[in-house]
Formats: sequence, structure tokens, C-alpha cells
Amino acid sequence: MLEETGIPEAGKVEASLPSWERLEQGPVAIFECFTEIPCDPCYYSCPIEAIEEFHDINDLPELDFDRCTGCGQCIANCPGLAIFVLDYNYSKEEGVVRVPYEYTPLPEEGEIVQALNRAGEVVGEARVEKVQNAERQDRTAVVWLAVSKEQVLTVRNFKRMED
Amino acid sequence: MQKCELAIVGGGPAGLAAALKAREMGLEEIYLLERDNFLGGQLVKQTHQFFGSHKQFAGIRGIDIAEIFKDKLEDRPEIKVLKGTVAQGYYEDDVLGYSCRNKFFKLKPERTILATGASEKMLSFPNNDLPGIYGAGAVQTLMNQYGIIPGEKILMIGAGNIGLIVAYQLLQAGIEVEAVIEATGRIGGYAVHASKVRRAGIPILTHHTIKGARGEEEVEAAIIQEIDEDWQPVSGTEQEMEIDTICLAVGLTPKVDLAIQAGCQMAYVAELGGDVPVRDENLQTSNPRVYTAGDSAGIEEATAAILEGELAAVAAAADIIPESSAIDRERTEIKEKLADLRRGPVGEHIRRGLTRVRRNQNAGRDRYTRSWKS
Repeated sequence: MLEETGIPEAGKVEASLPSWERLEQGPVAIFECFTEIPCDPCYYSCPIEAIEEFHDINDLPELDFDRCTGCGQCIANCPGLAIFVLDYNYSKEEGVVRVPYEYTPLPEEGEIVQALNRAGEVVGEARVEKVQNAERQDRTAVVWLAVSKEQVLTVRNFKRMED
Repeated sequence: MQKCELAIVGGGPAGLAAALKAREMGLEEIYLLERDNFLGGQLVKQTHQFFGSHKQFAGIRGIDIAEIFKDKLEDRPEIKVLKGTVAQGYYEDDVLGYSCRNKFFKLKPERTILATGASEKMLSFPNNDLPGIYGAGAVQTLMNQYGIIPGEKILMIGAGNIGLIVAYQLLQAGIEVEAVIEATGRIGGYAVHASKVRRAGIPILTHHTIKGARGEEEVEAAIIQEIDEDWQPVSGTEQEMEIDTICLAVGLTPKVDLAIQAGCQMAYVAELGGDVPVRDENLQTSNPRVYTAGDSAGIEEATAAILEGELAAVAAAADIIPESSAIDRERTEIKEKLADLRRGPVGEHIRRGLTRVRRNQNAGRDRYTRSWKS
């Protein structure tokens, strides 16, 4: 249970995902934000207003997956670091998971890292495809992790090999 | 004796917001007293982005919010900021005594806003006085203010927001966090903070408590144990964890010494963290010259403290200068923003606590109120 372990239940995660068709179409944001807290920066971060306007600041965000372009602007704007972008068909063999990352030093592009799941368990390796760390991200980097397609739905963090 | 319109005790989020808002409302003689040699209170340790409303400070890191306030204060030299200044006492004739560089001064404000914050709770267990056992505030001060790591291998006690956030900051500093343990069956902090710590591989163990610490010169190990629904130890679950630091994040309690001295009627409200002054909806205490704002009136988030500071400032201004439409509008707007923040499920205990203290209902006891005020 999320409230007991910090690991969201499979059912919750599933409900937060878009349809398979949408996942296969291209990059899309997913929100692993499961409890109502007073917080609304994601709504304001979306350049195309694909997130439904909050009636109450405690509302959970609702994303219109069909409008979302997967630009990833919201990732570094979420104070809870709970937004990820999934690109299932990044290449023929691989998908990409874009994760928020606030540790230093940042990984190098091309670096092979250990891929971690929501429990922080090593589930395989990932290749760092890209590291975004623009000023507007305010020190929350976004790391693109290339992983096997089956792992797009499991990988949510990574650990550098030297660690 | 120096007189002024408004004295604010405490230069944290509530006090800073109060000073700026009071000036904006038209007060001219404002004193802001801060014990430390810097402003910002706990904000200066908070490296994470804030939750809350985009229209306030959500998405901005606490450390940067402190800077925003400091910049604004610099543009308002009329506000007298006294750093390194300790408010020593609030006297029967509504004189505020303070010391600064070993000298004692007296100030007679028409209104006072107490924004003194909170202090950390301690936990009793054998050997809890060994070096290497810290409160979460001290760990944050060492790491985030002075760049000193408290240890190499840490056990965090308490899975409220502070325990989770400090565990994350320790990880960012490259320190091993063995586990976060929590005595209740539920993680008290925001789930997103918990998930962030968990996906870094740190176990969060609910229904676990610390039975004791072991060590000669300093802490060398922690003995933790599972407890059941009735808080009884489950036999056979004891385990020894080799660590060099134990960090306690087991809650905060409002700092109310000055409110007690000011003769404010007090009430014990568990939801708000302990003994708190009874206040009306404008944050005025039973001493009409004294308002309280922020954690000193009930443990909450910094965003709420900022709004409370503003509300107290508007209300204090309304006592001193003629009521205007601006004051009225501000009061309504700030109250709405506070209600928005507290509306959701995580604000439930705050709402319950505030209802209790306002109606002075079911509030337990008042151990402090003295007769000289009545």
C-alpha cells in the first residue's frame, strides 16, 4: 500500500496510464500523483493547457492524454517529482522513460546506469539518452532513460554504476 | 521607551510576510525581531520546491522564497529589522523586552504579532543522549546551511513530511539512509515525498519503533522493532542496524512562551502540536494587543504560515489605522486562500484543530492563563 510503503499499488499505477494506443503513438506524460494535496503548479506549466483546470487546489491533476505532446515541461515543475514522460516507441527496440533527477553529479549522455523500479530495486540497465537541465527547470534535471520496451512501465529512477 | 505601531517577533515565513503586509496596509512603525543573524527561519534549510498555489510560492524552493522576502524587505527600509535580537519577555504593561548585543531594550508596540515558530519534539529511548543523535532541524542546519554532513549512515525516525524530506536531502548529500521508520501504520507525509525516497531504494518501515541506541563514545547501532496496532512490541522482530547517526523527525510543538507571558488564554490541541493560544478568526488572541501566526499557533506548512502572517498583519493594521476597502478586501482574500489550502484531506486535522481552538471546545486544558489580564 502506498500509505504504508511509499510504493503505489499496481491498480493505482494502471489507472494513471493512457490507453495502449496512446502509449504507442508517441511521448506522453503520466502523473503518479495519487493523494490530494494543495498543489497546482503542473496546471500552469503545461504550454498547451492539456491539464484540466483545478476547481479546488487539492484536486488531483487530470491530463488529456490525446492533447499531451509529451513535451515534458511539467516534469521539473512538479514539486513532488511525480511526473514522468513515457515514449514507448522511441526506437524499434527501446522505449524511453524521462525521469526527474535532483542528485549530483548528473550522468553523461550515453552512460549506462542501473535502472530502478518504484521500490528502488535494480531491474536492469538503462542508457542515458539525454540530460535536460535548463535554467527554467530550477535544478531539477530531466534524464531520458532508454530501456527495453517491457520496462517502460516499471523503470522510474536510476543509479549510477560508480555508486 | 521606544514606541511603535507593530512589533513582529520572528523572521521566518510568517513574520516576514507579516512585516511586508503590514507596511503595504499602511503601518509606518514596524519592528521585526529575529533571534538569528539572518532572516528566513526554516526557509533557509528547505531546498525542495514548495507545494501550494502557483499564485503564491508553489514550485519555488524554500531557500529561494527566503531570498524573495529578503529582497522585498530591502526595498522597505521603513521596516526596522533587528537581527541577532532575542525577544526576552512580554510584560504586563504590554512592553516587549528584547536583548541585542548583550544590551536590554524595551519596546512598547500597539500591536504585537508572535511568529516564533516551533521546536522539535524529542523521543525517549535508552542512550538517546549519545553523540550522533540529532533532531531533523539540526541535520538540516548542518547540511543545508553549513555544508557539513552529519554522518555516513543514518537511520531516520519519523515518516512525516520532515522525516521524508530530510531523508531525501541526506541522499542528495551522498549519505546512506538505512531506513525511515514510522511508529504508526501510515506514512504521515505526502505520498509523493515517500515515493521519491522509496524509489531511491530506501525502505520505509511503518509499525516500527526504536528500542534503543548502542554505542560507547558515540552512536554505533540502533535497535529497532516492529510494533502492533496497540503499539506493543512484536517479539522476535528486533533488529540491530549499524549506523553512525540517528535523525529524529518526530514532530514539532509550537513555541508559545511569549504568548503565555502576554496572558493569552491557552488550550491544549493535539492536532496543532500542543499548547496553543486561543485565537479568533483574525488570529487575535485573548489579549487584544497580541496576534499569533504560523507554527507558533499550530504546526502547519510554510505556505500557511505566510498567509497567517499576512492575515495577522492586516488585522493588526485594521486596529491601528482606519478600516478601508483595501483592508477589507485583503482580509477576505487571505482567508479564502487559507481555506483553499486547508480544504483537502491533508488539511483535515488542521481544520479540526482550528475548530477546537476557536470554539475553545474540547480543548483539554489551559495550564497557563494567569489572572492579571482579566
